[in-house]
Amino acid sequence: MKKSILFIVLIVLVGFMSSCESDGPGETSDGFNRKALLENWADNIIIPAYADFTNETADLIVAGRNFQMDPSMTTLNDLRDSWLIAYKGWQRVTMFLYLKGDELLIRVNMNIYPSDTAAIQKNIKNGDYKLELSSYNDQQGFPALDYMLYGLGTNDDEILARYTTDPMAEKNRKYVADLCTRIHSLASAVNDDWNTGFRDEFVNNDGSSVNSSVNRIVNDYIFYYEKDLRLGKVGVPAGMFTNIILPRHVEAVYHGNIANTLLNESLDAAQDFFNGVHYGGTTNGVGLDDYLNHLNSMKEGEDLTLLINNQFEAARVASDVLSENFEDEVLNNFPEFQELLTALQLNIVLLKTDMLQALNINTDFIDSDGD
Amino acid sequence: MKRAIQSYLGSDTEAAPLAVFRIGFGLVMVWSMIRFWANGWIEKLYLEPSFHFSYHGFSWVKPIGDYTYGLFIICGLSALMVALGYKYRLAIITFFLSFTYIELMDKTTYLNHYYFISLVSFIMIFLPAHAYYSIDARRNSALRSQRIPKWSVHAIKLMLTIVYLYAGLAKLNSDWLIHAIPLKIWLPTKDHIPILGELFQYEWIIYVFSWFGMIYDLSIPFVMMNKKTRPYGFFFVVVFHVLTRVLFNIGMFPYIMIFASLIFFDSQLHHRILAWISKVLRISKDIFDNNKSYLIRPIPKRLAVGLLGAFFTFQLLLPFRYLMYPGELFWTEEGYRFSWRVMLMEKAGYTQFKVVDPDQGTSYFLRNGKFLSTFQEKQMSFQPDFILEYAHYLAKYCKEEQGIQNPEIYADSYVALNGRLSRRYIDPNIDLAKVKPSFRHKSWILPIDYEIKGL
Repeated sequence: MKKSILFIVLIVLVGFMSSCESDGPGETSDGFNRKALLENWADNIIIPAYADFTNETADLIVAGRNFQMDPSMTTLNDLRDSWLIAYKGWQRVTMFLYLKGDELLIRVNMNIYPSDTAAIQKNIKNGDYKLELSSYNDQQGFPALDYMLYGLGTNDDEILARYTTDPMAEKNRKYVADLCTRIHSLASAVNDDWNTGFRDEFVNNDGSSVNSSVNRIVNDYIFYYEKDLRLGKVGVPAGMFTNIILPRHVEAVYHGNIANTLLNESLDAAQDFFNGVHYGGTTNGVGLDDYLNHLNSMKEGEDLTLLINNQFEAARVASDVLSENFEDEVLNNFPEFQELLTALQLNIVLLKTDMLQALNINTDFIDSDGD
Repeated sequence: MKRAIQSYLGSDTEAAPLAVFRIGFGLVMVWSMIRFWANGWIEKLYLEPSFHFSYHGFSWVKPIGDYTYGLFIICGLSALMVALGYKYRLAIITFFLSFTYIELMDKTTYLNHYYFISLVSFIMIFLPAHAYYSIDARRNSALRSQRIPKWSVHAIKLMLTIVYLYAGLAKLNSDWLIHAIPLKIWLPTKDHIPILGELFQYEWIIYVFSWFGMIYDLSIPFVMMNKKTRPYGFFFVVVFHVLTRVLFNIGMFPYIMIFASLIFFDSQLHHRILAWISKVLRISKDIFDNNKSYLIRPIPKRLAVGLLGAFFTFQLLLPFRYLMYPGELFWTEEGYRFSWRVMLMEKAGYTQFKVVDPDQGTSYFLRNGKFLSTFQEKQMSFQPDFILEYAHYLAKYCKEEQGIQNPEIYADSYVALNGRLSRRYIDPNIDLAKVKPSFRHKSWILPIDYEIKGL
């Protein structure tokens, strides 16, 4: 009798074992409500940010066409304004690679800098470019527009002349307009995706396995912070991985007076995502900070939330002493530029080791066994 | 005493438990190889990375390009031959060598249960596991024996006992028992698992799991040895390993341990299992039930017993080698591996390397992603022997590819252990290129200001 009961329990357990092979969505009980976290990210941060960004890129198209049809100092400056607004908007969405964005390689198509200007010149001359191909990654996006709008001459008159009196003027104008169209089509592809069903898929995948939404987006987030924010904006120009400094590798190098603004916009975006602060507002919704605090309540460990926020602030403070011209800062104020790099770097340690450990999230798709 | 030992070595027992063990072991290993291949891990773990982490003294063991697939085929086929008991000695030796070779190719993939498999297959080389219910025994009537020396079954039981016992001893530390860490890190996020997920939100449940794990590991071999408690023991074996399977990404280990624990049962069970297999496969089991004892000549017997005796003495001592090192074991990991410290701590690191060219006065960081896979980078980041080996590789790279004559390599390394705040791990002022790899204490690991008490 006893033995048969044991046997039945064992059968049930083994069944349980196989049914738990992969964890799908499930009801959360007294645990942290990850669904609320995902909802806050989707509804109050990602979707509104992408909606705004998509509108900004639509404005960019209009400004690009106006400039193409009627190149003047006015339309040039209008286009530059639209470019800057969209470029700032980009800093708010670039960390959300999720799904469609990943597929489209949106980040490398939107913001690889420095642009390959020789290739751009060739494209314009031959007119046979296909911006959808991966070989054109570094000839499009915001950096290519930066070059086209600020880098074609030493002053505004010279630049405008490239679009009016230059033998290549018409082709130059077309390239600018095509760049704007391409940016918008990438933005709206991702935006459409979030608005046609993906939002629910994202929110409902609220487990904690490798493929859960929290796991994936946090991995993306850290990857972005490490590779694009820290390395791209500051590390590469500072020569972090090269034995020489690369001052011309700063963001928006042709504009020359905007790198710090773009960096701070991206810092704000990264910190707001962490704290769950709503896009375009100050409402503090559910974020990773709350998740960490929840998990920490049992462990009574260090206040990681505070440390991470302090480190964001430290990076901001380090950037405050720098001008908008990062190229100049690298060349003439290297120690302080490097301070900024160190401040950004220290948060990687907190995010990648401490936070991931506390959240029990594995780094990037390591699916081999543990023991 | 001597007489007692001799009479023990001369006594025999039913061969069926060891035969069942052999069949199960072989089949699970075949399945493991297929699974490993199907998951694309041969490619991902052994072929894609350009650099591989070696065990000290085994740097000559490397993946062999596309032939690595052949290695897995050999390993899988020999496992099948072990299961069938076909040319058993050749098969088990081949399995031991090929499996161990695979494990030595890159220590990034080190798992205690892989080590366990290497050891068990080594032991099996010296056991007459093919004397009963095997193709060899069917063909060779001289070999065919219903009974085998007792020590040969005990060898497997002893190995299992060591694994559990040492895994239990390792849990006798303040983090595991007093703070319920790392389970407090691992379990609360598993809230999507039905029923258990809800329970994991209660702190006391985590303590129950921590203590249950410790008591289970320390006691289960003895519970399984006793005939009266055995059914309950097996119940807990299944419960425990099913839980680990549900909670952790732990691969084949739970299955291996559940089936392995069958060896503790009386031979009636194994006869029933074999009778059932015979019925399904329509083969005759009767031919093996000849009531004969396996004959082993004195010299091979002495050799086998002597070797296994030395082997087990070594196994009993090896996990304690950490006592010869100063500092916190979990932090320095000096003497951590090969000691059945299973799922014992949560550790993560972030380690970058700076190369300094003293002749030019320049310095820059090296991108780990250029040399290591994500998995390798993760494992390297918190294990000092990995850090050192990699630093040497980077120094060589800088010399040969970057033209730096005397490269100095410094680590910028932070490690978080068991949920404590990360702190600097490696002395940033030590040129790792000049540190020789050895089993000596690594004084360039920075000390920590907390102590994890216990064994």
